Amino acid sequence: MTTLNTSFNPSSQEEQNRLRTMNPSAQTPSYFDSPEHARAAAQGLSSDDFAPVARDSVAVGLSRPSLSYWKDAWRRLKKNRQAIVSLWIVVGLVLFTLAGPFFWTADPSQQTLGRISEGPSLSKKAILVQADLSEWKPMFAEGVPATPETPVPALDLGAPQNFKLLSEPSTVAVRLSWDAVPGATGYKVYRGPYEPEAGSLGLPIVTVEGGNVISAQDAFELKPGPLHYAVVALRDQEESPRFAKLAVQIPEAISLTAALKLDPKAEAGKVLELPLRPLGSDYLGRDLLARLMSGARVSLFIGFVAPMLSLLLGVMVGGISGYFGGKTDAWIMRFTDFVLALPFLLFMILFKVVFGASAGENGIGPMLLAMVALSWTGPARLTRGQILQLRESEFVQASRLLGAKPLYLIVRHLLPNTLGVILVSLTFAIPSAIFTEAFLSFIGMGVVPPTPSWGSMCNDGIQTFLTHPHEFIFPAILISITVLAFNLLGDGLRDALDPKMRSVS
Amino acid sequence: MLSYIGKRLLAGLITVFFIATATFSAMHLVPGDPLMGNKAMSKEIRANLERKYGLDKPVPEQYVRYIVNMAQGDFGISFTQQNRSVNDIISSHFPISAILGVLAVFFAAIGGIIYGSFAAILRGKWSDRVIMFLVILGVSVPSFVFAALGQFALSATNKALGFELLPIGGWGTFSHMLLPALVLGLGTMAFLTRLMRSSLLEIVNHDYIRTAKAKGLPPLRIFFSHQLRNAILPVITYLGPAIATITTGGFVVESVFAIPGLGRYFVQAVQQLDYTVIMGLTVFYGAFLVFMVIAVDIIYGLVDPRISVSKGKA
Repeated sequence: MTTLNTSFNPSSQEEQNRLRTMNPSAQTPSYFDSPEHARAAAQGLSSDDFAPVARDSVAVGLSRPSLSYWKDAWRRLKKNRQAIVSLWIVVGLVLFTLAGPFFWTADPSQQTLGRISEGPSLSKKAILVQADLSEWKPMFAEGVPATPETPVPALDLGAPQNFKLLSEPSTVAVRLSWDAVPGATGYKVYRGPYEPEAGSLGLPIVTVEGGNVISAQDAFELKPGPLHYAVVALRDQEESPRFAKLAVQIPEAISLTAALKLDPKAEAGKVLELPLRPLGSDYLGRDLLARLMSGARVSLFIGFVAPMLSLLLGVMVGGISGYFGGKTDAWIMRFTDFVLALPFLLFMILFKVVFGASAGENGIGPMLLAMVALSWTGPARLTRGQILQLRESEFVQASRLLGAKPLYLIVRHLLPNTLGVILVSLTFAIPSAIFTEAFLSFIGMGVVPPTPSWGSMCNDGIQTFLTHPHEFIFPAILISITVLAFNLLGDGLRDALDPKMRSVS
Repeated sequence: MLSYIGKRLLAGLITVFFIATATFSAMHLVPGDPLMGNKAMSKEIRANLERKYGLDKPVPEQYVRYIVNMAQGDFGISFTQQNRSVNDIISSHFPISAILGVLAVFFAAIGGIIYGSFAAILRGKWSDRVIMFLVILGVSVPSFVFAALGQFALSATNKALGFELLPIGGWGTFSHMLLPALVLGLGTMAFLTRLMRSSLLEIVNHDYIRTAKAKGLPPLRIFFSHQLRNAILPVITYLGPAIATITTGGFVVESVFAIPGLGRYFVQAVQQLDYTVIMGLTVFYGAFLVFMVIAVDIIYGLVDPRISVSKGKA
């Protein structure tokens, strides 16, 4: 019994005394006023009798170093393979976003109209064409009148002879010429992927007016590869049934003016390596990889910052509500319930418009504000519940009895004990924020166009999904992987930090 | 029971009133007004228009008028669509969104219960793992991606079959609804599958299941009359919020499948600052969601005899 005395600490003594004074009717057998104690004191024992007994067993000592809560959680998290893989994915995404632009320096807003909706490819070469190609002057046949004096019906017009290329064809332009057909008032040039036949000549590209105009230029969305041209003579818009055809192999090319921007030493006729587009380009010819990186900055920024801000606000509100209780609590909770009842996406759009009325912004600020204004309720309720529970727990009461001030109690005892639950809710709030951003940008109510975000890139990409799927697929994959990683990490963290909430599996 | 329903309905009405007030204040905080976007107009015309829409009155009076009209079920006239009333927009386009939403919730609930049960029964086997992997995928992939992929797959199938199995977009017949509703419900289905599975697994170890087994009941009988009935309750609880997320999440799916639902009008109205349409649709949606949740809570009380709603956590 004597050893027990030394193990009593003052706080429990105080507690005993408090209990006694508070509830005199309860007959708590107390060690101090027991007759045994009184007798011992009367017999005049020396202080040596109260020396602690030496430990006689090694089993009392700890066999393992003590683990703090966080160390234990980390140990458990490390066992969860899914969570660790997800953690690495998250680290990789952050690196992709922050360090990526240093390694991949392509400008995400640089439009290259010659390389619209290009698929992913490793390298691409192009020949340089002469600068004077950009100026096109039609050729005229000498001695042939623009309007013939002797009309020839369209059906009797012959096929143009000597249909040929005027210069080297390229994706910049294809220039064609032919000999004048007597009696024609104009010509029409067709283009198509297949050899032209009567009745299906292809896509009408150019119509020239005047029987003496014997050349045309095609610079309309040319793609490298084989093409077939056809030309017919016209008589007052009526086509002759006879045509001339020409097959052309078109190489990738770049005009000198554009090439000089890439390489100051560019010369016409040389072959130039075009800037790499590993993931292709979008509908304005912008580099998709650079845009994905720049979009990641927006998406992840919103994904991280919005939940953290709402968490901060929520923890503050919930902490106040839970700690003070009573009327404050009742009113704050009433307000929280109301905010929770608002239809989320609807008010998200509404608030975004209200906060983001000034034009010329990228729309990120208003979206953040709207998100925080609507999603602080979750953390607030969570924190309040935790604090209400903890406030009455024994260790907090003990600390209060020792004279701890409210601030100390909150900072030292209440918050650290809610931190685990709050961290778990944060990891689940991040993917839902990324989702919300993607949804809003997808319906055109998110970030404002020149700024890329994964959601708005999906919105741009879905327009051309059937023809150029890569523009949609890449941002969609990134959104999915990010959300997946955060969800799995959240599952793992929940299992590691809060064994009580462990999911059944 | 009746007093509980009355209390819940009253609380719901108050919430709707606050939603209306919040929307009104939000709209009047936006600089500019719906008449600004129109081409230059003379002062007289502007004054006339302001009088027509009541914009000439002081804001408090506008607010009172707005609340009174709304209480009588009149949401006013659209600013941008000539003389079209908001009630008319709601009555002609909300049914489309609602049918889509209900069908989506239906798919989600049925799919969630079936897949969740399979996963729980075949716990640890490869089919459980496949289902759980699909669940994580379903939670993590945005619905517009499913919508785009679904549309693509459908158009490929249609082409391969040589006839139209299902239309890839638009609205009109039941076959138009199937794919959009499925896509819309997919995320919720994934969530419900997980919920159903964990709720079933929790029940498996209860004493009464062991008793039933000991009595020699056939496994199917145990599953249907003991496990399923008890495990399904959390799923039903979740359906209320699910309706909320699904009807508002419908905006995206509606835009991909070119469905003339209410979502499109809301986005359009916000872009054009069409006061009346924005306020009307927000309050309407808000009221719909609030009362949906209340209805589910009441139904929940009826389904589960152990819960006495009058003492519920209202």
